[in-house]
Amino acid sequence: MNLDPLLLFLQTLLLLLLAPLVSGVIKNWKAKLQNRRGPRPWQVYFDIAKFLRKDMVISEHASWVFCFAPYVVFLTSLLTGLMVPMVSLPAPLSLFGGVLAVVGLLALGRFFLALSGLDPASAFGGMGSSREMTISAIAEPALMLAIFTVAITAGSTDLSQIAQSTQSATLKLLNPAHVLAFAAFFIVLLAETGRIPVDNPATHLELTMIHEAMLLEYSGRYLALMEWGASIKQLVLMTLLLNVFFPVGLAGPQASAAALGVSLIAYLAKLLALSAVVVVVETTNAKLRLFRVPDLLSTAFVLATLALLSSFLFH
Amino acid sequence: MNAFSSTLLTFSLWAYVAGMVGALLFQRAEKLANGMGFGFAAAGGVFGVFSCGAALVNGTASAGQSIDLFPSLIPFVRFSLHADALGCFFGLIVSLVGVALSIYSLGYARGYFGRKNVGVLGALFNLLLLATTLVFLADNVFFFLMAWEIMALTAYCLVSFEHEFEETRNAGVLYFVMSHIGTACIILGFLLLFQTSGSYGFDSFHALGDKMPSGRRNAVFLLFLFGFGTKAGMVPLHIWLPAAHPVAPSNVSAMMSGVLIKTGIYGLTRVFFDFMGTPPSWWGVTVLTIGTISAVLGVLFALMEHDLKRLLAYHSIENIGIILMGLGAAMMFLHSGHPVLASLALIAGLYHTINHAVFKALLFLGAGAVLHATHTRNMEEMGGLAKRMRWTALFFLVGAVAISALPPLNGFVSEWLTYQSLLQGFGTTTSLIRLMFPLSGAMLALTGALAAACFVKAFGITFLAQPRSDHARHAHEAPFTMLLGQGILTAACVFLGLFPTVFLKLFDPLTQQLIGQQLSQQLTAVNGLVLSGVVAQGGTVSTLGITLMLLCLLPVPLVLWVLFARTSRTRIAPTWDCGLRELTPQMEYTATGFSKPLRMIFKALFRPRREVQREYDFSPYFATTLRFESHVEELFQTHIYRPLKWLVLRTSRRLRALQAGSIQAYLIYMFVTLLALLLFAL
Repeated sequence: MNLDPLLLFLQTLLLLLLAPLVSGVIKNWKAKLQNRRGPRPWQVYFDIAKFLRKDMVISEHASWVFCFAPYVVFLTSLLTGLMVPMVSLPAPLSLFGGVLAVVGLLALGRFFLALSGLDPASAFGGMGSSREMTISAIAEPALMLAIFTVAITAGSTDLSQIAQSTQSATLKLLNPAHVLAFAAFFIVLLAETGRIPVDNPATHLELTMIHEAMLLEYSGRYLALMEWGASIKQLVLMTLLLNVFFPVGLAGPQASAAALGVSLIAYLAKLLALSAVVVVVETTNAKLRLFRVPDLLSTAFVLATLALLSSFLFH
Repeated sequence: MNAFSSTLLTFSLWAYVAGMVGALLFQRAEKLANGMGFGFAAAGGVFGVFSCGAALVNGTASAGQSIDLFPSLIPFVRFSLHADALGCFFGLIVSLVGVALSIYSLGYARGYFGRKNVGVLGALFNLLLLATTLVFLADNVFFFLMAWEIMALTAYCLVSFEHEFEETRNAGVLYFVMSHIGTACIILGFLLLFQTSGSYGFDSFHALGDKMPSGRRNAVFLLFLFGFGTKAGMVPLHIWLPAAHPVAPSNVSAMMSGVLIKTGIYGLTRVFFDFMGTPPSWWGVTVLTIGTISAVLGVLFALMEHDLKRLLAYHSIENIGIILMGLGAAMMFLHSGHPVLASLALIAGLYHTINHAVFKALLFLGAGAVLHATHTRNMEEMGGLAKRMRWTALFFLVGAVAISALPPLNGFVSEWLTYQSLLQGFGTTTSLIRLMFPLSGAMLALTGALAAACFVKAFGITFLAQPRSDHARHAHEAPFTMLLGQGILTAACVFLGLFPTVFLKLFDPLTQQLIGQQLSQQLTAVNGLVLSGVVAQGGTVSTLGITLMLLCLLPVPLVLWVLFARTSRTRIAPTWDCGLRELTPQMEYTATGFSKPLRMIFKALFRPRREVQREYDFSPYFATTLRFESHVEELFQTHIYRPLKWLVLRTSRRLRALQAGSIQAYLIYMFVTLLALLLFAL
């Protein structure tokens, strides 16, 4: 139960550097699958660097909340990333909070994001905030229930403990409870990261947008923080899905450098596979009407409930 | 309680009396009455905090004899206090909130100068604090019921303080009726307890439930659940709460939502954990179910409100639900023989009790400051207040984050404890009932997320963007005393959030008294920096660590500024307006619009109706005037209370035939009744 500064530093670096790349890869592959050339995978880095250098325009109606929110969104995403095991167990900040803290911190970031959408007095921002809070509210029980299923099996809310307990019994990966919870979490992942069929990350200035609508008034370095924060959040949720439900290849405590290297490669491979799935889902589905989204999310809730029931039956 | 605490407690009670008398004596001189009334109330609160706090810290709370306040001339009735750990804990809540509210009131009551009698307001406020403290500390049935009744009547007077409005009068009457139905149940419950114990002292009731026949035991459970549940505002007995809390003066609203409904929680805890012994399984299940339903329905109804104070009142129902979830889970664990988990769940419930008292009072005070500045409770007429009332906005935001159970503030800590107890509860039994734990956990997650949505709306529409009315445009910051009151509660929110391991020590005497467990050691890890679940490796959290880490990560963006953004400038410009001339407040998102998606998703519950009337010259798209009305059905009023009201009225109309006005008929009634009673006795 001690903090390893080196691991902490390395995971922070990995989160900061890997997150834009994952967004870029998904964009690139999506374009390829749709017979377009698409931006290069590392374009997102250039975008962020560009945003950082640009001047900022701040709305005259905005208050201090507007300037405070980008920091909260960025820092909470980054901090949650340090509570999730990425390449080694336990996660660097396991001690400071488990899954409940991760969900709570992401909600804190969302809270300020939604407030910053309302702040510049534009109707777009308000609409985005309203929809974001609605969708996250109905996604939350499914998310929690999916996590409870594995947390109850592990007897802990600590993500590293959960990953360890899933890892120790490889057969559990094919357990129906586990598969159902995985499916439920995947649907929630699509909703929380603003992917089709819930939100379209590629649109601007359309009445369908959710996440982009809240960012509409941001520019310059605040926009960089917001975009970067969003991609870190996406990476954190993907890591959560991969390493908590499918902790294959995850290095244990006190692993050697070589073992960590293997673990990193396994992690990247899993990440790319998941990105590929997201790309396929985004390309083969149409965006749902807003009032169809609850149906999708209640499917996730039902899946999670079934997962819980079957874990009850099989124990 | 040791001598030090008892002396301070006596000081505290006398300060309330002095405040009451002083405010009444000087009611002609408003300023003096204001100072006397709320000044003494603040002093009483400070004494109370130190008295109850000291008793809990040095563990002498449960020890010692009961104190007779003054000798009684009536048999059975003793005016005696016994401050045990449970009483002290709730005494701490009322005193702490009382201090902040009294300081706030010094400024707030000035708004009534020349309009209303501030002396009466101050006197009633002191009486309310006094009665509430006595409710928590009384050690026998008669004194408890007297304090309870004084508290209810004082609260009625305070709710009806601005009785020139019809809405206020109606709300007052509704509160009065509901409160007394509840009290009747409580009296019946106590009489049933007395039948078994043969004494009216609370000490004789201890663990009495184990000695009672099960039928009577269940009757006692239901009566108390109904009686205290009405006071606490649990669904479906909550209807008076969103009517009565908003119409009272804001300092009184804060008192009612923060402290008064907690007397119901106190009663339930006292009866279920002190008096009733080991509960049967269905008690805990009932309380947990009611708690879950109250939490979800409370927050859903809150979302539909655009009256700031009604919105907060509905959130009280939600939070009472969360508290009841903790208490219900604790009862289920007591039944299944897991005292450690029962203590954890009880701590979770009671921690949420003090947290809710603090942040709800804070939010009501913020709402009061806004009301003071804008003269409206309607959020649709506010906006832009963050620039005009900087401090109030900051305090309200802290309260909003806390009530939405977001880390690192106090709401998160108590919900974390609740989640822990629910998750650990899954292993306590093998029956199907155990599925209730994760499912109510999921409902708690839904509640939290909806609460966050609701407070984005409450804070965003009230404080951000452009002002929506002239009142909001010319709003001004509240006076210093009002800010100080809010500041104290904000500090309490932060303390309870960041240092839970320190505060948890106060629960040791309490759980020792009720369940025989002390958990603060088990709940603390790594030199008190980290809060941990009671089982080994059950999960840890550190709100302090989270806060410090957030600060440690702050250099990341700052380094980026230095590397990239050295030459960039910041410009203030209008919001992008799609090429129109400028954005007007009419174009902003409204509170009603904000909650529309949820209204549509839960339309089975809300049954929304809307009515749009357009007048136009040539095309309906260019209306000259537009009237829009939107309603949400109040489920419980239309389906339970209105039919019930008609039933009562119809029955009483029928019964009027008996009251014919002839004295002979009345004599016959008496004779028949007497005869029937005699026969019944034989």
